[in-house]
Amino acid sequence: MSRSHRPTLAALLALPLLAFAPTAPAEAQTLRIGLAEDPDVLDPHQARTFVGRIVFQGLCDKLIEYGPDLKLVGQLATGWSWSADNLALTMTLRPDVVFHDGERMDAEAVKFNIERMLTMPESRRRSEISQVDRVEVIDPLTVRLVLKTPFAPLLAQLADRAGMMVSPKAARELGATRFGAAPVCAGPFRFVERIAQDRIVLERFDRHWDRANFHLQRVVYQPIPDATVRLANLQAGSLELIERLQPNDIPTVRRDRRLRLSEVTGFGYQGITFNIANTDRSATPLGRDPRVREAFELAIDREALNQVVFEGVHTVGNQSVPPGNPFFTDLPIARRDVARARQLLREAGVPQPFPVELMVATTTDGQRVGEVLQQMLGEAGFAVSLRSTEFATALDQQTRGNFQAFHVGWSGRVDLDGTLHLNTHTRGALNDGKYSNPEVDRLLDAARTTNDVAQRKTFYDQANRIILTERPRIYLYHLKNLVAHSARVSGFTPNPDGLLRLQGIRVAAN
Amino acid sequence: MQAFLVKRLGVGLITLWVVTVLVFSLIQLLPGDVALALSGEERDPAAMAYVREKYHLDQPVLVQYLYWMGDALRGEFGTSLKTNLPVDDMILSKIPVTLQLAVFSMIWALGIGIPAGVLSALYKSRWPDHLANAVGLSGLSIPNFWLGILLILVFAVELQWLPPGGYVPLSEDPWENLASMLMPSFVLGSGIAAVIMRHTRSAMLGALGADYVRTARAKGLAEKVVIIKHALRNALMPVITLGALEFGQLLSGAVLTEQVFNIPGFGKLIVDAVFTRDFQVVQGAVLFTATMYIALNLLADLAYYLVNPRLRG
Repeated sequence: MSRSHRPTLAALLALPLLAFAPTAPAEAQTLRIGLAEDPDVLDPHQARTFVGRIVFQGLCDKLIEYGPDLKLVGQLATGWSWSADNLALTMTLRPDVVFHDGERMDAEAVKFNIERMLTMPESRRRSEISQVDRVEVIDPLTVRLVLKTPFAPLLAQLADRAGMMVSPKAARELGATRFGAAPVCAGPFRFVERIAQDRIVLERFDRHWDRANFHLQRVVYQPIPDATVRLANLQAGSLELIERLQPNDIPTVRRDRRLRLSEVTGFGYQGITFNIANTDRSATPLGRDPRVREAFELAIDREALNQVVFEGVHTVGNQSVPPGNPFFTDLPIARRDVARARQLLREAGVPQPFPVELMVATTTDGQRVGEVLQQMLGEAGFAVSLRSTEFATALDQQTRGNFQAFHVGWSGRVDLDGTLHLNTHTRGALNDGKYSNPEVDRLLDAARTTNDVAQRKTFYDQANRIILTERPRIYLYHLKNLVAHSARVSGFTPNPDGLLRLQGIRVAAN
Repeated sequence: MQAFLVKRLGVGLITLWVVTVLVFSLIQLLPGDVALALSGEERDPAAMAYVREKYHLDQPVLVQYLYWMGDALRGEFGTSLKTNLPVDDMILSKIPVTLQLAVFSMIWALGIGIPAGVLSALYKSRWPDHLANAVGLSGLSIPNFWLGILLILVFAVELQWLPPGGYVPLSEDPWENLASMLMPSFVLGSGIAAVIMRHTRSAMLGALGADYVRTARAKGLAEKVVIIKHALRNALMPVITLGALEFGQLLSGAVLTEQVFNIPGFGKLIVDAVFTRDFQVVQGAVLFTATMYIALNLLADLAYYLVNPRLRG
């Protein structure tokens, strides 16, 4: 009775044609993707969610793109170069590129877009490119971004939402509010319709500069928050691909011959953020004495946590990026040492059991991680009480400093600046524990001023060594991006950023 | 008649105003900062300041309420803070989904509940009664969430007879629309069927022992006529009232069932909006469902007035 199993009139009429059909397998035209959440506004300059970035991969091309090997490649730009003083980035644009409304994607369009992000009140990209002072149009295919101060992470920003170009004509005509309901970009698929909480439909854009590598006619994104229901839809053939598969569903996918699993470790991290100096709640030995935080870390067995809660699927770690990242600092992960942890608490003059309130999300994973940590820490002289808090509330509590320790994560960015500067620098917008170390600030600022990757890495290595000693945050593990898809889907390449790229994907017909 | 209508309308409007105050106050009580929840991962302070100013979050609560009431009275619910989609469009898109799910669920509920209740009363303390009671108790005890997942696993994943969920508009594909509604409406309807079965049973037992049924039998009427025309017709009065109440509740959304079957109805709309602090959507949707509820009640009062001569004095 389902659509995919019902013989249609068209299929019956097509039967006589089978005799003349080519031998290549038939292809389905539509890819249906199950998302874990409903995306927010579909304007790349206003959007703020991770799941929205998945949809933008099909809808909006960027100036630059990251390949699966984390190397930058051109997308709307074919080349770029920095001035000697690192204060100007000159980009050469791809010729003959048009937006979905037929408008030309040229240097004027890039200038409009950068200025839109910098001046539109609704913009969520302003802080990402705030170092851009002005944009100069050199010729129709050459544009120069002049900076106030050197800012190496700019390229990484232009490889994300800040690099996504929208049609200036549509943006002007629709205004900030209406544009997000009918976005016009220059990606391989154009927007067709959106029914809130139900689906977002994109259709192949035949004038796309790289159309030969996109084989699908339609892409339908369906938000299905419940992971079990999402998987059931994949098993039943109502979806061809789902993101964020639950680790405990991996055996089910592996057993099913009709399904395939794809996994890659993401850039993000999950860890415990401590309140170091945010309001009076930080005034405890946990917030003030690094020895207590070291004892906290030594009480934790990361591998056991990963095994018990996530069936060993994720990658344990001790810093904000996993091994394999260009900015990974090779430092050993502290092993569990309960005796040393208790000794450190004694040295710090802390009575045992030492009470700690750990805030965790109300999700199943959040609860389970909290319970395992509670048990491990209990054996090392801590008395952990769990405060399960709904996420929007937890975020508010964290910002206000109403927490001692919070199990929280970050989806991560390719460039380490997009993680470390935000959550560890004294002025970082996500530094809710209010950790502050002038030397760390200096190193993180210095890493922004040079485009030499090796030199940047030495700055980050030095900063990481201090951070790992002072422990404003204990990094625990890096989530693996788990994607399950139908065996009929071929050509899907997972990327560490967790975003679903559509080039090369084919769907064989039933 | 006019005085009655004016009085009822006045009560309805006051109720509606109380609802607006309640919804607004409850949203104020929600912990968390709307601007922060909407600021995204990077939490740009300038973007947060803009959200506060645009939605008057920096003003006193009373001023915020007056802004919202002013817009609502003009029929403007604003745009979703999360998606920028117009709230009235979002509400309108949920009406056919929720209405259809409610109607189908009631068909299951009445189709199963009434015959089972009648049989149970007719065969009191015999096996059909025990069976109906056992099934009814199961219907009440099994959580919708669990039954929904079970049905999906059997009929969608294993047998692949039905789609596992989603919603296809009737105008787009009537067949697929029916197929997608079958399981969720059964899940919702089965719970209500159990309640209706219990009420039908007790009302039928009361009716079967009443004098007018004994009189009908004494007149020599066929048993079928006695049961259907005399006993059941009277026994159905409280059942219909109960059915109407259940139907009204279904119209305000069925969160768990909508979640399991991924049906974009009112329940899902409101719950998702609460979690993302999209207060424009919460306020608009709750005000809309409350208006519908009050309007339906008003119509029911009016109908009651027309059919009951005693009320007309």
